[in-house]
Amino acid sequence: MKTWIELSERVRAHRAAPWLGIALIVVTLFMLPFALASVGTAWVRITNLAILFALLSLGLNIVVGFAGLLDLGYIAFYAVGAYCYALLASPHFGLHLPFWVILPIGAAVACIFGVLLGAPTLKLRGDYLAIVTLGFGEIVRIFLNNLSQPINITNGPQGITLIDPFRIGRVDFSRTDGILGLAFSGPVKYYYLLLIVLVLAIVINLRLQHSRIGRAWVAIREDEVAAQAMGINTRNVKLLAFAMGAGFGGVAGGIFAATQGFISPESFVFVESIMVLSMVVLGGMGNVWGVVLGAILLSFVPEILRYTVEPAQKAMFGRLLIEPEVIRMLLFGLALVLMMLYRPAGLWPSKRRAREFAETDPG
Amino acid sequence: MQAAALLEIRNIEKRFGGLTALAGVSLVINRKEIYGLIGPNGAGKTTLFNVLTGLYVPDRGQFEFDGASLVGLKPYRVAEYGIARTFQNIRLFGNMTAIENVMVGRHVRTHAGAISAILRTRRAREEEAAIRRRSRELLGYVGISEHAGALSRNLSYGDQRRLEIARALATEPKLLALDEPAAGMNATETVELRRLLEKIRADGVTILLIEHDVKLVMGLCDRVAVLDYGRKIAEGEPAMVQKDAEVIRAYLGGSLP
Repeated sequence: MKTWIELSERVRAHRAAPWLGIALIVVTLFMLPFALASVGTAWVRITNLAILFALLSLGLNIVVGFAGLLDLGYIAFYAVGAYCYALLASPHFGLHLPFWVILPIGAAVACIFGVLLGAPTLKLRGDYLAIVTLGFGEIVRIFLNNLSQPINITNGPQGITLIDPFRIGRVDFSRTDGILGLAFSGPVKYYYLLLIVLVLAIVINLRLQHSRIGRAWVAIREDEVAAQAMGINTRNVKLLAFAMGAGFGGVAGGIFAATQGFISPESFVFVESIMVLSMVVLGGMGNVWGVVLGAILLSFVPEILRYTVEPAQKAMFGRLLIEPEVIRMLLFGLALVLMMLYRPAGLWPSKRRAREFAETDPG
Repeated sequence: MQAAALLEIRNIEKRFGGLTALAGVSLVINRKEIYGLIGPNGAGKTTLFNVLTGLYVPDRGQFEFDGASLVGLKPYRVAEYGIARTFQNIRLFGNMTAIENVMVGRHVRTHAGAISAILRTRRAREEEAAIRRRSRELLGYVGISEHAGALSRNLSYGDQRRLEIARALATEPKLLALDEPAAGMNATETVELRRLLEKIRADGVTILLIEHDVKLVMGLCDRVAVLDYGRKIAEGEPAMVQKDAEVIRAYLGGSLP
């Protein structure tokens, strides 16, 4: 036992220890889809969806966590990105642009929508901003639902089908390739791609947070009048937050459309906005790692419940008493209530946010 | 050749509904001057500050700062032109550390945008290091280096006032407008504040000061203006103003026997 502790201390003290840690993480993340696939291919898809939600949460974190602007319509930017991809890479218009062209376009269009939402709401705060953003999210969805007439742009509620998968050279993300005896299925390839995008997104978030712009966002959140008096152009800095956040949503939306091959307005309902916001709040507003944790937990726990609740009930009572869906929502609600009571700043809050919630304490 | 006047205010009027907060105030502040603004509560001193710093748009009147008219500009533009202020009811970024507060003040004189922050370009990194260095210097300048890493809301009252001054100085102002900087300070802190303000002036920054501490105003200011009900009722050297009959009436009410 003692030698074991000594050994671990010596390893930790070694110069190469951080690299060893990184190598371990990389190998684990690399092998993860194969481990998951052995349980069931569905789990790789669930993981991909979790990473997509992590991307969305990181984007919303810029708006809500850094700049303190409550956005209840965030899913609209996801929709914009998804439809951008779908329209430019499907038989609907007969366009088949490569993904590395469309993703930047999707991000840019989402940024423009972010500014469109931000510009009229600059003077609004808190509740009022929340209501307008909520409305914005719904407007985008309703437009997607109805833009099939007079010119058919979005194909209405039927959605867009046969969306192209990603292709890099001859590697098609919808087919399985065998390399070195390992089968790389479509979802597994998307998993690696998503992982790379996620790492990029985390790096962008962290760098923004510790920059001149990141400080300006926090200053606006803390005291807008003082921030302005110190020379911060609050209008531009807020719009920048909206645009950056929306850009993340746009990229995530594009990848979503490609992985699914089919999208319709139904994927972008209000509840999805709330879900992403819950991930940010539950994980810990303002803390990049907390937000990723929140997204992964809220994506996985419901799925795990879906697969365990039914057998567990059958084993205990011999039949299904409560639908898994009902139990999921019950537990989800309960978890949120408990969180707000005992860890209002989130599971893994930023130091600053934790302080804000502790503000009422004396001293 | 620079003009002697740094700030020239002409006939500024500001009304809130039926209340006339400023009824045509004019005054001139010269470069490197410490100019005091005194008057009973509600005389319009802070309103004048808010007009000067772009928080309020005056109903009438003009003011020129360093040769440029700043009327109607947004507060951040005013800060760009070189007017920095502190607030009567301290408005620090409470959940940021002392040094972060000062670093925010450097925003207006630095340029790194989102893209260069994401790419972490060499220029962005150097600028960030310079911001930190300068902010540390400023904390030392106002004498609170030891609290650099402390949350600003946990600082003592006097230190918060100093931090607000450091944050304002970080914007490299030509005019530093201080709204009751000595409020709530004890005698020792006030003496230290006075030394600090003299040092700031010696370094070439003009100071506009609202203050109730008569001793501080009389000892520190080169010239003083007295506001009452939104009007300037007296202006001049502190000793002269102190004897002015109308000033005495404004402060004590009624006429002296």
